[in-house]
Amino acid sequence: MTMQAESTVAEPRVKPVETFRDDFTYSNSPEAIRRFPFPFPEDSYMYSVNIEPHNGGPPGSAYAPAFDIDEHYLSEIEERRKVLEEDPSRCTVLPHMMTAQWDTLELLMESLSTDYPQHFSLTREGDRWTWENRLLGIHDTFTFGDPETLPMEPFEYITRQVQGDFTLHDQRDDMLYMDGGMLTCQADWSLQFDLGMNFYEWHGPVPRAHEMGVFDRALKYLLNLQVGHPVRRLNWTMTVNPRMDTSPENYHKWGIDRATVTPENVGDKAHLRVELQALYRLPRSNAVLFSIRCYLISVNELATIPKWAKRFHRVLKTLPDDLADYKGFIDYRPIVVEYLSQFDDGEELAYGAAPE
Amino acid sequence: MITSQQPSIPVRVTGIDQVTPSVKTFTLEHTEGIPLPCFSGGSHVVVTMKDAQGQVCHRNPYSLTSPPDDGRCYRISVRRDDAGRGGSLFMHERVGEGDFLDISAPVNLFPLNVLARRHVLIASGIGITPFLAQMHELRQRGVPYELHYQFRDDDGAPYRDAIAAREPTASFYESDQGEYLDPLAILRDQPLGTHVYVCGPAGLINDVSAAATKLGWPPRHVHSEAFTAPPVGEPFTVVCHRSEREIEVPGTASVLEALEGAGLEPACSCRGGACGECETRVLEGDIEHHDHFLSDDVKAANSRMMICVSRARTSRVVLDL
Repeated sequence: MTMQAESTVAEPRVKPVETFRDDFTYSNSPEAIRRFPFPFPEDSYMYSVNIEPHNGGPPGSAYAPAFDIDEHYLSEIEERRKVLEEDPSRCTVLPHMMTAQWDTLELLMESLSTDYPQHFSLTREGDRWTWENRLLGIHDTFTFGDPETLPMEPFEYITRQVQGDFTLHDQRDDMLYMDGGMLTCQADWSLQFDLGMNFYEWHGPVPRAHEMGVFDRALKYLLNLQVGHPVRRLNWTMTVNPRMDTSPENYHKWGIDRATVTPENVGDKAHLRVELQALYRLPRSNAVLFSIRCYLISVNELATIPKWAKRFHRVLKTLPDDLADYKGFIDYRPIVVEYLSQFDDGEELAYGAAPE
Repeated sequence: MITSQQPSIPVRVTGIDQVTPSVKTFTLEHTEGIPLPCFSGGSHVVVTMKDAQGQVCHRNPYSLTSPPDDGRCYRISVRRDDAGRGGSLFMHERVGEGDFLDISAPVNLFPLNVLARRHVLIASGIGITPFLAQMHELRQRGVPYELHYQFRDDDGAPYRDAIAAREPTASFYESDQGEYLDPLAILRDQPLGTHVYVCGPAGLINDVSAAATKLGWPPRHVHSEAFTAPPVGEPFTVVCHRSEREIEVPGTASVLEALEGAGLEPACSCRGGACGECETRVLEGDIEHHDHFLSDDVKAANSRMMICVSRARTSRVVLDL
């Protein structure tokens, strides 16, 4: 054993498997609530190119590690397995992205074994690599660069072991193309629909941002993304029930949920859904890896933090209709706003998204 | 928010080879002995050179020529340019084995298109450098390619023998023997799905582009290394509107270098007018554009400039900095 430098990464107590479907047993512990990546530093929300370097964060926070592993690890891995069992096409990578697949495997294995040495380890002897994932009981030796030595292609192999969705983007003609992904916990968009699209095409449905020039600036920035200097941003929406898989493919299973929100059940049923999105330049392929780490918190859990309850109330109340419509919660927004109003005394809140 | 300049990688010069009388190849290893990042063929690094007092005196981009999947070391090739701004002379005369340099992470502004079915690589002189790494990558991937390499004399032909030994399909053109590559002849019979890449003087790039256009090639199948070394010119004054500072730009330095010399840290990456990172709003003044990033309309309007390569036509410009 070598001495580890003092870690700034949380040491999650990983819970037994909870469910994101049927009986919805998922919930957040008080510790998980306090480290929730609350996305609103101000009382109102509007798009911006809110990109910052992804180079760590406060100790224990979701921003500290490269890829956050938390108490829901086993639950999310099991949910991903179920989704893929029903629909293997949720993980698709176009054939020209094999180098990017290996880049992804290397990045995830290196990051996880560095940030969480108690759970993951990677041993490299030339091309012979041994990967151990003690949370899942995986211990595999394979040849880096030879897909035949893994039980499945490298991108699927490793992203089945990491929380959050991932997409792979080839860069050609000064443009990014969505040429692969693992999507099992997405906020109502489809990999099979977007596969092969360019940056402007897959962002086509987003209201206002095109006119604001947000995508032109973001694309230019991403085309110049450098190896070793990832960036991150937050995105958010709302979801009824703690359901990870809100995909268009399964719309028939969850769309109707939005009509079930009542003043009586809203605190437990309505969830704030936050995506911690990070972008990495991959070294060998010059592709871009986009990680979309999804966090769910019920309105009642969120309301245990008084500042967040007040702020979320104000953000929702003032959100323009077209954004509430695009995000898919315009119909039950009044119920959430009314419920949250009981927590909001109108106190002036300091700038920032921290719990206090 | 978005930060301007990226941290650098400290490297030690572990080998110097005189490849031709005017070209040296430098082998660089991480000072801590740890692996350098793998990269993709066509990538460059920006080398930061410091004088005896530790002051930054030059920052030049150089293509990586070593195998892209080997992180043990990087190699760069530098052609001595006695009429240039001094960076290549510094590398040739002041940098020795065991010396320390700082380099940026690799950036690729001249990537191979992974969907191409065939690649035609056209180089002139020191323009061979990005193709050395790209040919390594193409051989590994088993994708068909051909190299056309034109040079003036043996001094202008770095790596000629190594390439001839390894690349049976390479064609060589010695221009002072009257041999010139003919872009029309090279491109005429290529199959659909072929991409062409050219690295060399502007004249060669223009000839290849014109031939491709004449033959009806899609513009997206024609690629050129768009780097420009910052040109020398007349001195002028830059007024930074927001920070309320006036900075003199000497004839041999770029605006970017003059700003850095004054302690500012404007956003930038490639330093060759290709990446777009240092795009700056022009509030007043007439600009002599040297970049490959801005559209012709924007250039004509004088509303923006790339401060890494472009200069002022007027004695004074006001920038939104």
